Amino acid sequence: MSYDTVVVGAGLAGLVAALRLTEQGQRVLVVARGVGATHLAPATIDVLGYVGETRVESPAAALPALLAGSPDHPYRHLSAERLAAGLAWFGTHAGTLGYTGSVDENVLLPTAIGVPKPSAFVPRTMAGGDLRAGGRFVFVGFKGFKDFHPALLADNLARARLPAPVTARALVLEPPASPRGDLSGRVVAGRFDTDGLGDWLIGALDKRTDPDEIIGVPAVLGLRDADATWHALETGLERKVFEVATLPPSVPGIRLFDALTQQLRERGTSIVLGVRAAGARVKDGRIEAVDVSNATGPVSHPTGAVVLASGGFASGGLELDSFGVTRETVFDLPLVGVSGSERVRFAAGYFDDQPLARAGVATDDRLRPVGPDGHPVYANLHAAGAILGGAVPWKEKSGTGISVATGYAAAEAILAPNAQPVPEAVR
Amino acid sequence: MNDFIRDSLDHCVKCTICESYCPVSQVTPLFPGPKYVGPQAERYRGTDASPDKSVDYCSGCGICTQVCPQDVKIAEINSRARAKLWEQRGVPLRNQLIARPTVIGRLGTPVAPVANWALHNRAVRGVVESVIGIHRDAPMPSFAGTTFQKRSRRHHGPADAPAVVYFHGCGTNYYEPRVGEMVVAVLEHSGFRVIVPEQDCCGLPLQSNGNFPAARTYVRRLVDRLAPHARAGLPIVSNSTSCGLMLKREAHEILGIDDEDLKVVSGSMYDLCEFLLRQHERGELRTDFESLPLTVPYHAPCQQRGHGIGKPALDLLALVPDLHMIELDVDCCGIAGTYGLKKEKYEISMAVGKRLFSDITATGSDIAACDSETCRWQIAHGAAVTAVHPIELLYRGYGLDRRRPITAGVSAQPAAVNG
Repeated sequence: MSYDTVVVGAGLAGLVAALRLTEQGQRVLVVARGVGATHLAPATIDVLGYVGETRVESPAAALPALLAGSPDHPYRHLSAERLAAGLAWFGTHAGTLGYTGSVDENVLLPTAIGVPKPSAFVPRTMAGGDLRAGGRFVFVGFKGFKDFHPALLADNLARARLPAPVTARALVLEPPASPRGDLSGRVVAGRFDTDGLGDWLIGALDKRTDPDEIIGVPAVLGLRDADATWHALETGLERKVFEVATLPPSVPGIRLFDALTQQLRERGTSIVLGVRAAGARVKDGRIEAVDVSNATGPVSHPTGAVVLASGGFASGGLELDSFGVTRETVFDLPLVGVSGSERVRFAAGYFDDQPLARAGVATDDRLRPVGPDGHPVYANLHAAGAILGGAVPWKEKSGTGISVATGYAAAEAILAPNAQPVPEAVR
Repeated sequence: MNDFIRDSLDHCVKCTICESYCPVSQVTPLFPGPKYVGPQAERYRGTDASPDKSVDYCSGCGICTQVCPQDVKIAEINSRARAKLWEQRGVPLRNQLIARPTVIGRLGTPVAPVANWALHNRAVRGVVESVIGIHRDAPMPSFAGTTFQKRSRRHHGPADAPAVVYFHGCGTNYYEPRVGEMVVAVLEHSGFRVIVPEQDCCGLPLQSNGNFPAARTYVRRLVDRLAPHARAGLPIVSNSTSCGLMLKREAHEILGIDDEDLKVVSGSMYDLCEFLLRQHERGELRTDFESLPLTVPYHAPCQQRGHGIGKPALDLLALVPDLHMIELDVDCCGIAGTYGLKKEKYEISMAVGKRLFSDITATGSDIAACDSETCRWQIAHGAAVTAVHPIELLYRGYGLDRRRPITAGVSAQPAAVNG
């Protein structure tokens, strides 16, 4: 089957690129080894949370400082305006998740273990948890739900460095007719969708919370109707209620994956999981077809362009072998941030600045992977997301921001192949 | 035996993505989930069977393997662990019986009216449930009376046209010969000569019920019959997604069969819609479709997804004017071959299928399309619609229902359990 674009990877970057291209009328194929990191992350879009050890209040304002310290960062190819354009588009394509926020300002949301985390765009079910204004918080857990412990959260939050005073307490409730054994977030969310747990929760919280308390519940308010359930909780209780991301599996992440893939399906885009993109047919510096291995062997899909959004080490887009050699697993692209054939050296401390954390592909301003000479390896191959080198997303709190912004920008570059490369406005 | 299946467990990073997709663990605590039962428990199994029976509650839908980003062969690990369990404990009679569709087919076909009456009689089914352990409400197809094999012997297609080999599977042979006739009609309409070799069960039900030695015997016998055609360079098509996947991959990966005959057959196997779409891409599929003003929800069964070929049925049906397909987003209907027939698993199977059934009902259509036969029977049972193979819509789209009516009766849908 031939396509306008083949997208490799079904994580946030790949899905954003695919949806943007599909929406603009392209025929797109998404292939992936499996589901991406959406299901592990809280579905907040973290554009930039830290530069060095400094917490960022405005990602847009902090970009120059970031790029001064990390000159090879993927954001160097995007201006603050392009970042904002990608995120604005994303906000209107996230279904009922209803994102709020901007690149000019981070909110501070509590994580499941009570760490304040800066995010630029957050689902509206989470937005009420912004800690910046302070307040009296109560965190609610469900008996048997193993991935959310409100006492731990409340305790840690009380010790956190925050701009305004916050008090926090914990409350554990037992949902009616709970099945025995441990419950996963997915199971609890399913009960909100089908068993009317929302009504029970309103009743249970009404007497146990004060009118001025802000109520944090684990982000399991449903997979299909979370927005409605959250809304019913706020209006029913006349109190501010918000969802706190749990340990994986992340229910909001699944909602996000479902929202994006549903739009792709409605537009007829094929998403094939459990297969491996394994090489390309190349002619005159362009990828003419991508080889995809299915149950019986490789099938060649002719394509006009390719988006490589295969992820970093965690997702198998990059691989470090036992001889210390790092490689890009789909097209064997040249990498930056690796030590060549030398044995990889790790810094002594786990949380130290690990050189390998910045490994990945380098690109031009059109997000095309480049070789050591700075020229694109293939004229029609673009990269997005965690495969891009030069960033340390877990430290910067920039992973989902990079994925959305570069996924969108890669699609834009494919849609307007003759547009002038955007100058590196913020460098 | 090749051990890349077991070795793949070392790639598990405990990300829980499989846990968030497993349709069974979402509806019952009896199955603790693919990560626990698969890569985690497997470390402790060694050469012994599982100390507990929870692996038997895996339905084998394979969704976990498909969504795993690290290529861990979770479902395959579980399938083998189940076989080891039953090897040590002895496969129960019920599982031995329902895993042999050809035996059931040969017994039931000559006495089809009586057998069909019994299969759909409440009192008989109650006895069957308590004696054998097949749930009284589980969906059962009706014997067609005359097998597809027998019908195909009476049929004379074009003599000199490019040949394609048709592996129809047991469902088509004993219960839905009409589907087989439509497959032949569409293939011949597109200029092929259809060879229907003598064939038997592929062994998949035996594999999923944990009887690997018998499964190997069946699949080898089938491969013996298909290999000469594959060696002659002929494509083999199948309208049974799970049986086709058995030949494409599972006989090697799960049963550990490693021989040249299987390899050549695997390499020649196509899912029916995959094959037709390939013809279309080559410009070799006739597109003289007529208007078919229907709205039809489509469920790609879990085993179909295991082929890694996307959803060719949707690409094909998009060619039919006025036919509007709605792609459903549910991973599994719950039946998983013979899983949902079992007394202790029927409720689980129906709970798994609940969302699919309600999504179908929500479309307001009284017809649904699905590639896999047991899934169609489950959908017809759970959603009270007529469930058809996509080929039926193509067949009607070509207007072949008027020009080339099938001979095998109007419907092979499972009748409601009555009385």
